[in-house]
Amino acid sequence: MKDLNESTGSNRIAITVIGPDRVGIIAGVTSILADNGVNILDINQTVMQGYFVMVLMADMDTSSVDLLTLKDLLAKKGEDLQVRIDAQHEDVFKFMHRI
Amino acid sequence: MLTIEEVLETIKMVQDENLDIRTITMGISLRDCSDSDHRAACRKIYDKVTRLAGSLVKTGDEIAREYGLPIVNKRISVTPIALVAEASLVENYIEYAQALDRAAAEVGVNFIGGFSALVHKGFTGGDTRLIESIPQALSSTERVCASVNVATSRSGINMDAISMVSRVIKETAALTAGQDSVGCAKLVVFANVPEDNPFMAGAFHGVGEPDCVINTGVSGPGVVKSAIQRAGSADLGALSETIKKTAFKITRMGELVGRTAAKRLGVPFGIVDVSLAPTPAVGDSVAEILEEMGLERCGAPGSTAALALLNDAVKKGGAMASSYVGGLSGAFIPVSEDAGMITAVNDGALSLEKLEAMTAVCSVGLDMIAIPGDTSVETIAAIIADEAAIGVFNHKTTAVRIIPAVGKKIGEQVEFGGLLGRAPIMAVNNFSADNFVRRGGRVPAPIHSLRN
Repeated sequence: MKDLNESTGSNRIAITVIGPDRVGIIAGVTSILADNGVNILDINQTVMQGYFVMVLMADMDTSSVDLLTLKDLLAKKGEDLQVRIDAQHEDVFKFMHRI
Repeated sequence: MLTIEEVLETIKMVQDENLDIRTITMGISLRDCSDSDHRAACRKIYDKVTRLAGSLVKTGDEIAREYGLPIVNKRISVTPIALVAEASLVENYIEYAQALDRAAAEVGVNFIGGFSALVHKGFTGGDTRLIESIPQALSSTERVCASVNVATSRSGINMDAISMVSRVIKETAALTAGQDSVGCAKLVVFANVPEDNPFMAGAFHGVGEPDCVINTGVSGPGVVKSAIQRAGSADLGALSETIKKTAFKITRMGELVGRTAAKRLGVPFGIVDVSLAPTPAVGDSVAEILEEMGLERCGAPGSTAALALLNDAVKKGGAMASSYVGGLSGAFIPVSEDAGMITAVNDGALSLEKLEAMTAVCSVGLDMIAIPGDTSVETIAAIIADEAAIGVFNHKTTAVRIIPAVGKKIGEQVEFGGLLGRAPIMAVNNFSADNFVRRGGRVPAPIHSLRN
């Protein structure tokens, strides 16, 4: 019951990148994560309907910034790269897809 | 580890299909704010609401950003003011409404519900004073919502209360005539009102509730519609299965956000209201779900059956996703707040009578219906009595939020803007029920209320 209803208490986040494929997307995202002490756990990428889609799971335990700040940094980088970058707490996906 | 498909499914729901948390509503008990001096009572009310809800909006916004899930409304419900104000010696309760309005503005919520009275069996002095204060309270405030419970399955239907409220509806329409009678959009007449409903305008904080609580209301008609679209020509059993799974996912979001908000605000988590709440945005419509199921227009023959299937599947999926389901929990079919319903009325597919039939199988009732301004008090009372009868005799909540728009006739429309939307004026059957309504008294509770 606890697992079902309580937040996992983890500091994991999912970073999603969606947009036209181009050079430097992964480098751009991962450099922000490295600069702020965010540990990458897993990277998945695919091309859907001509769009580059990447989902990157990361751990914020050792992060030097909070999630909202990180979101802003990533969103700004996304503007430079002309892709949409978002970061969300993992719980939102776990709650929806895992029982 | 989560798969890329799962992550993208969630993101698609939010970005393309309007998935959001419709409201997190903080319920606040004002039972400790009574005072024989109404000014002292109003001060206590203002202080308590602003103290407990001070960080509600900020917390909601933070959670929305962290989860990437919009939380559309942050709202407050309070103890029915008739109970709180009764100890004071004033003749009307308008200052109480104004104190609530100031508190709501101070903490930044768009609606505060609970200018309410429960009169299903009869009136106390406070109840009467509150109901008589509603027209002025709603026309002199911006954020206050009022509700009156006039019937329950255990006590029957209080026709005297219905007549009184119908007169109050007309007065409220007249006092807000300059804004298309918008005051009536903030007044709900209930049968079997739930005490933990997070949705406006009918929310209040029941007497059995704790001092402070967080309830959430989910949404997501667009997500359900897309899922049905993907199901193609599936038969009705398979369709129900699809809706259940979708409702489960939507409700999980409500559970997550509600529990997180409650924890951060340091108050208990109450319930998730498993409802499909539409907005005027295209693609966020319950009517469009019914049409996706195979009806040419909402209101066509088959609408009641389709809605029954939808409503039941949403409840079944939702009940599995949350440990405490409450509130109204069912599909809403408001006219003005649902683009598909507006189209159906304009195309002549949906009448008041068909809507009434549909309310027998969903929540809530005749919601956000605009009718000609010259509709009589007795006819409005008879419409409310019909709706209350459906609720009382079927052991469910029903409600009426009806707008007799001053100066408007069939073919015209009222425009409220925002979440309240716009509504075409609907035709009312004008054969008289005057003599029935004027009998007054109380319709006894149905035989199946004797359960002990």
